[in-house]
Amino acid sequence: MAKRDSPAPLPEAKQYEETSELLRELVAHLRQNRTQLREEWVARISETRLLTAMTKEEIFAEATSVYDSYVEALETETFEALQAYARNLSERIIPRGVETHEVVGIVLLLRDVLARSLFAKYQTDFKKLNRILDAYEPAANRIANTVAVGFVQERERVIRQQQEAIRELSTPVLQVRERLLILPIIGVIDPQRARQLTEQLLRGIRTNRAKVVVIDITGVAAMDATVANHLVQTVEASRLLGATVIVTGLSPEIAQTLVTIGVDLGKMNTVGDLQGGIEQAERLLGYKVVAVAESR
Amino acid sequence: MRGKEGTVEVPILKQGEFLIATFQAALSDADLNQLRRGLVAQVVRFRSRGVIVDVTAMDVMDSYASRTLREISQMIRLRGAETVIVGIQPEVAFAMVQLGLTLEGVATALDLEEGLAYLNQRFKSPD
Repeated sequence: MAKRDSPAPLPEAKQYEETSELLRELVAHLRQNRTQLREEWVARISETRLLTAMTKEEIFAEATSVYDSYVEALETETFEALQAYARNLSERIIPRGVETHEVVGIVLLLRDVLARSLFAKYQTDFKKLNRILDAYEPAANRIANTVAVGFVQERERVIRQQQEAIRELSTPVLQVRERLLILPIIGVIDPQRARQLTEQLLRGIRTNRAKVVVIDITGVAAMDATVANHLVQTVEASRLLGATVIVTGLSPEIAQTLVTIGVDLGKMNTVGDLQGGIEQAERLLGYKVVAVAESR
Repeated sequence: MRGKEGTVEVPILKQGEFLIATFQAALSDADLNQLRRGLVAQVVRFRSRGVIVDVTAMDVMDSYASRTLREISQMIRLRGAETVIVGIQPEVAFAMVQLGLTLEGVATALDLEEGLAYLNQRFKSPD
């Protein structure tokens, strides 16, 4: 940078300029010793038994890219590229069971390896070492932070995706006969699941052109008034689509809830168990199940 | 299809013994009133036994529309015929019950085909 003949620059600007200067020097040093530092880092990683899910070659390949992104982030002082790389890396290694502490661990190891090399380089000039570390440490910490946050965010995204998948699976709408759907509900129903259940059922009625739906809640131990009300609304909404709903398997507790909230039982078609429900549904649809003679 | 007062005319089609009215997306209260008048008048004129009101195109059902549908159904029953509402969308159906608009006492069916099947079933000679 050309030195201009101006009155003393603001202390902040001066400091910033100095930091950049130091970081440039630092980056040059890291580029020069790339091979050696990288190998040292990989050795430390296997020493501390991190990333055991990956082979040595894979670790080395990833270490190289991480090292380069790391140096680049130090040089440009922008973290977007590193962030993108961290997310991409996480996407690859999360399915292999790499844990958060391992990812944070290796980034901190790299930070330490580099810091050690700085100590070695500037051991004779203590003042300079201090200034270099002043420039290096905040940037290194920010990098560690960026990588860790990237990893955790990616993991959360995966978890959210899986939750979504589980939720989809937990409310199957099954067709057992032409125009007859079964919706077995198992487990705890929270308002969110109740809403999703309704959506899937109403959509199922439409796509399968169902006339009768059996909702089996044998596997639901209890429900609160909100969810019970939602169930009643689902029954009514299904009727608006022209489908009759039969609810089966109400537990004594749920029966109690429904009575307490004062559900109009005239609207609810309930049968004791799933078998009875299906039999009634078949009657409504005009099916008749007859035992074949020879199987007797 | 704007009428002279700027209202949307809902076409009422005659199909054998039945009348079919198809709603468009946005009907004002005045349009609904006109439809009600038209249906109630024509059901006797054509000696129809059943009326199908198709609301497939409606993506919102407010309380006035819902009440009108109920009134149509009741008035048509008084005029000696049956009404069935068809084509309520799943989202609309759930929004309606949340607002407490459950069209009690009104027959509903999935779509036009189902509605026709329902009416035919109703008028099948008892055996």
